[in-house]
Amino acid sequence: MTDLLRLSGISKAYEMDGVTFQALDNVSLSIQKGEFVAIMGPSGSGKSTLMHIVGCLDRPTSGHVIIEDRDISTASDRELAAIRNTHIGFVFQQFNLLRKTSALTNVELPMVYANVAPKVRHDRAVAMLAEVGLSEKMNNYPSQLSGGQQQRVAIARALVTNPSIILADEPTGNLDSKSGKDIMAIFEHLHAAGGTIVLVTHDESVARHAKRIVRIADGKILSDSGKRKRI
Amino acid sequence: MNFLEYITLALTSLRTNKVRSLLTMLGIIIGVASVILLVSIGSGLQAFITQQFASLGANTLFVLPGKVDLRSGGPATPVSKFEISDIYDILHESEYVRLAVPGVIQQATLTAKGNTASEQIAGIWEDYFKIASYEANYGDIIRQTDVERTRKVIVLGATAAKDLFGDTDPVGQTVTLGDVRYIVKGVLVAKGGGGGLGSDIDQRAFIPYTTALRQFNLTRPYAIFIQTTDAKTVAQAAEDVKRILLKRLKPDDFTVLQQTELLNTITQFLSVITVALGGIAAISLLVGGIGIMNIMLVSVTERTREIGLRKAVGGTSQDILIQFLIEAIILSLVGGLLGIAIGSLGAYAMHSFIQTQVTAWSVGLAAGFSTLIGVIFGVAPAIRAAKLDPIEALRYE
Repeated sequence: MTDLLRLSGISKAYEMDGVTFQALDNVSLSIQKGEFVAIMGPSGSGKSTLMHIVGCLDRPTSGHVIIEDRDISTASDRELAAIRNTHIGFVFQQFNLLRKTSALTNVELPMVYANVAPKVRHDRAVAMLAEVGLSEKMNNYPSQLSGGQQQRVAIARALVTNPSIILADEPTGNLDSKSGKDIMAIFEHLHAAGGTIVLVTHDESVARHAKRIVRIADGKILSDSGKRKRI
Repeated sequence: MNFLEYITLALTSLRTNKVRSLLTMLGIIIGVASVILLVSIGSGLQAFITQQFASLGANTLFVLPGKVDLRSGGPATPVSKFEISDIYDILHESEYVRLAVPGVIQQATLTAKGNTASEQIAGIWEDYFKIASYEANYGDIIRQTDVERTRKVIVLGATAAKDLFGDTDPVGQTVTLGDVRYIVKGVLVAKGGGGGLGSDIDQRAFIPYTTALRQFNLTRPYAIFIQTTDAKTVAQAAEDVKRILLKRLKPDDFTVLQQTELLNTITQFLSVITVALGGIAAISLLVGGIGIMNIMLVSVTERTREIGLRKAVGGTSQDILIQFLIEAIILSLVGGLLGIAIGSLGAYAMHSFIQTQVTAWSVGLAAGFSTLIGVIFGVAPAIRAAKLDPIEALRYE
């Protein structure tokens, strides 16, 4: 089985006020299709930077990022945007829904950039919202939804383009424990259906849902429970 | 993303901020409306002047002494070299000339019943009234017999009559010019408005040509007034008159003036004024544009997270740029259209006071200019939005 995602020798350095800060230092990591991986580490460990690189929001200073046999380390901004659109589904801690548009429109958003016809877009968004159990709330604005419901809209938005990888950054960080459990149940369900999930968290109880835990500190991988294991 | 999607997107976002969008547009609305309104007043004035000239007769020519340039003006007091025989020559030798009369013009003080008024006194022949399309309101005009017999009669313009006699009927009364007494023969129908040559055409008095020569101690006509066979032959008639006069005179001794030439000069002047008015109003458009830029910059900052998210789900920098640019363009375009509507309504409302004319070019210019403003002032905020780093933007609080 080939790797869905392969990071080899990734380094990322930031220059801040003339001081170079090494956020990632020679990190190598492979993720196969269907894996449920949690990336853990304290703040400042480099896990956010790692997620941004995996999510094609950022490029490494050195090293290669290969997603589905495609090296994106040298891709242009436009190519990165296209890869984010088709290969990556983001779920954020802050939900990041557009406040003044309905749940339905929010879910349609990635398909707008994928040039999907309005009719198809609408139908897919409706189906996806039904899947996360929000058929009744399709036309509600985010402000009319609970935190858990908002995060479910965000998950529907992430899934609607049928991406290769779901990238979730502290998805339960802003939720009460009940809603958090609901959200994790959705991820479990998704994993069972064969989806690839990368979860970034510092919460052990959340990370426990994952089948593989990668611990990171000071820009280096400390441990990887799934190393050399094949599913 | 196709163009229609961008427009829907921009409209949605403008609709969610209705009050702000409207207030932003207000600058453009006021700017465009004032351009339309001021230009319509200028154009209306032009149309009004043209109509006035047409009513004075498009088929008339003046011959004045000296070299008269309408743009730089002529010598202060040109010396006339015309002879009365010139008038007969013109009448006989040009097939395009219907009427030709000599004239002398002097500024003089008239006295009647203790009232005095400084009027322009013209000594003319009977046909002058046909050329200038004057008619008597009371009494009669100067007849050719008055000229032949050097009668001391005077015909007053409507304003001149009012100045000297108030509301009483002046016909048959006496007017003193210098120390000579004249009988008022008639009063002319008021023509109204300013005359083509800058004086009130109703503030004139007319006496027989021969009487005028004696009164002012003159020997030659000062001007020749000509009516051509019709408006189309004015140019040929002017050529004939020049040719006839050149047999005796030098080119610098006289100038043949056409009404149309005069009209052109005035319309030219008015177009400059109209454009200047439009230009001044356009400054307010500029201010409106700055308003749009200001609001768009605020909007970009406010929507930093939205921009970050759009980029995260696959929006390119170009998508973001176009989205914000189109918002700015829609703001200014819709503002422009509303401004055109309001300006046209304003021009229509003012129609009863002064003549106004909404011109296609001012509408086109205003619409084009406001769109241009949207592009120019929308570019900076749109570039700022497009350049946002998605990671930073998503973190923005």
